[in-house]
Amino acid sequence: MCFPRSTEDVAAAVRVAADHGVPFVARGSGTGLAGGATPLDDAVVVVTTQMNRVLEVDPVERVAWVEPGVLNLDLTRAVQHLGLHYAPDPSSQQACTIGGNVGTNAGGPHCLASGVTSAHVLAVDAVLADGEVARLGGTEPDVPGYDLRGCFVGSEGTMGIAARIAVRLLPDPPVVRTLLCDFGALDDAAATVSGIIAAGIVPAALEMMDAEITRAVEDFVGAGYPRDAAAVLLVEVDGLPDGVAAQVAAIDAVARAHGARSVRVAADEAERALLWKGRKSAFGAIARIAPDYYLHDAVVPRTKLVDVLRRVYEIAAEQRLTMMNVFHAGDGNLHPLIVFDAREPGIWSRVHDAGDEILRTCVAAGGVLSGEHGIGMEKRDAMPLIFTPDDLDLQARLRDAFDPQGLANPDKVLPRGSRCGEVRRVPEGTWV
Amino acid sequence: MSPGTVAPAVAEAVAALAATVATAATVVPVGSRTHWEVGGPAPAGTEVRAPSGVLEYDPAELTVTVAAGTTVGELDAVLGAAGQQCPLDPRDPAATVGGVLAAGLSGPRRLRYGPLRNRLLEVHLVLADGRTVKGGGRTVKNVSGYDVARLMVGSLGTLGVLVQVTLRCEPRPAASEWRRLDVPAAEVLRRAFRPAAVLTDPTGTTVLLEGFPEDVAAERTRLGPSTGAEAPAWPTGPHRGRISVRPALVDRVLADLAGLGIGALGEGGVGTVHVAAPSAAGLDAARTVAHAAGGWLLREAGPLDGFGTDLPNRALMARIKDALDPTGKCNPGRLPLAPVPVGGPA
Repeated sequence: MCFPRSTEDVAAAVRVAADHGVPFVARGSGTGLAGGATPLDDAVVVVTTQMNRVLEVDPVERVAWVEPGVLNLDLTRAVQHLGLHYAPDPSSQQACTIGGNVGTNAGGPHCLASGVTSAHVLAVDAVLADGEVARLGGTEPDVPGYDLRGCFVGSEGTMGIAARIAVRLLPDPPVVRTLLCDFGALDDAAATVSGIIAAGIVPAALEMMDAEITRAVEDFVGAGYPRDAAAVLLVEVDGLPDGVAAQVAAIDAVARAHGARSVRVAADEAERALLWKGRKSAFGAIARIAPDYYLHDAVVPRTKLVDVLRRVYEIAAEQRLTMMNVFHAGDGNLHPLIVFDAREPGIWSRVHDAGDEILRTCVAAGGVLSGEHGIGMEKRDAMPLIFTPDDLDLQARLRDAFDPQGLANPDKVLPRGSRCGEVRRVPEGTWV
Repeated sequence: MSPGTVAPAVAEAVAALAATVATAATVVPVGSRTHWEVGGPAPAGTEVRAPSGVLEYDPAELTVTVAAGTTVGELDAVLGAAGQQCPLDPRDPAATVGGVLAAGLSGPRRLRYGPLRNRLLEVHLVLADGRTVKGGGRTVKNVSGYDVARLMVGSLGTLGVLVQVTLRCEPRPAASEWRRLDVPAAEVLRRAFRPAAVLTDPTGTTVLLEGFPEDVAAERTRLGPSTGAEAPAWPTGPHRGRISVRPALVDRVLADLAGLGIGALGEGGVGTVHVAAPSAAGLDAARTVAHAAGGWLLREAGPLDGFGTDLPNRALMARIKDALDPTGKCNPGRLPLAPVPVGGPA
């Protein structure tokens, strides 16, 4: 394990690994849930937490160059006096690093309107698998040739290590309003999500919490969430004052037309912060219910939300598991949360079976395997659910082009046997 | 249609295209030829055309799936009927969606709506060996596997033939107006919140305000009186290109170009400068201006060479090209993947 302090240190560590033919794994704070930063076998772990400087902020071009170990929330704190912020805000933003965000192409509630990490990363100084440093992308709008930056973001350390990152900063909106809509039925909440979008509004954030998690959060934080709601929606709109007022009125009307029991608009910044604290404390709140949880991450088409959620609850009942749902409803990004006590004999297999079934349900509804957590090890072997052998072969070739020796975080993202040639070398049936 | 395969409506056409690609020695994807001269020279070879048509569109999803040969104008009409848009905004709306993506031409509303690469969610392409593969996924959020879709944007047909794509769309703004201002672009960028475009030409600044009517009205007041409501014209001429520089350098580049008598339209806050010169020598001079500002110029029309510079990370790009197209049959020469000879391209 090594703790580099500079790009040169990262490059040196990778060169040593490459010279000895030893795999290497980049790791930030280790908050990832898919196991992308978990070393296998004898890999060299390159921990970026000592590289935590914001190197340069250009308030006119609204660009910051940062080291990979900068914490997500620290970046926004470093630029807030300039009226700027970094938009992607994973729930773990107090602990996760920008480098890790780049690796997993992380999301967060505020990615609905502004996009996930890839939309905010302009350039990466990457240490490639041979130890060479390459600038991928740039701070000019277009760079000649292939979008290597786009390829690298979300590659979970399998194409190299981000040693310096240029991110786009956004101006703080003049006005922000947050609404809490209280529903007596889950279907009404889901219909409201579609209704808001049909009204021509793409909110800055649009989050849903089901009955169980709403109660858990309220008991934990006391944010004023309705304890008897079947579901709540947390909706945020931002922009110029008059337009925001019009959107608040429109959302209020849509929610009430779909049966909302109440719509509460946070009166001030303190109330708004409290509402968000409730949402972002969801995973702390469940610790009061059971000691362990398994958080899933999958995306379905927005219009399939209700059907999929219904099936998710059925799966939980079939496996006799407690299931809660708190998720990014606006972009169809589900986060079913299985709450359990790992000491209970045999529970792990039920948790895993439920997880597999949830993934299959999402894929059958036209969804994908991950919205923001990544594939890592967790979902590596599920990749064939959405990709054909030819699709996976293409991705394997792409990975090999970046890392011909296969030393950058091997055995992550792609299942063994993804390369068509590789399949032919092993006996039939070995890998599928 | 089932995810992972092309739509039934185009399956036959895609299969025929794939068979052609598999046997051709050189494959040249063709759209509407509206932006034909973008990048390196077009090679001679077997021309292939992706099918066209809007294949799947549910406005509630804010995504649309089209065959890559669909024109931007046709797509815009379909989305517009549902009150939505996908702001690709090519110079000529007769361009095909696949062509715009392959050429990597972001439109002038990039300031507000982001670069073209952020629009593409899923791509189906025919590889050099005739296999049809998919990259990305159809949902608005997806980190399942490598971002093959983004890799295709700006790849100029050198990695395969785009046949079907899914794009992210959004509500069409209720209000939209151009305003001509006696204020420098930098000042407009400071004063306005999320303008759709802030364009500068030799005669002044034009801002495009879009959004809720209340917001557009408020911005109008903040920005001051307007002397015109027309969109600025794209620079015209037989020798055209687009410069990419850091956004802060747009004004400097515009001043240098004005000194050379070269028509230009700069995108404030973005860093793209559209140029048109009366001669190849003039466009080459514009390229020199771009290089001096640390940027580059992509040839869009005229006989000048495509890039005027070696590709950054060319060896890595060449490995990607080899990985997807080992025999180099897809649009050879459109991207300068071979080393540029000393003394410049032939």
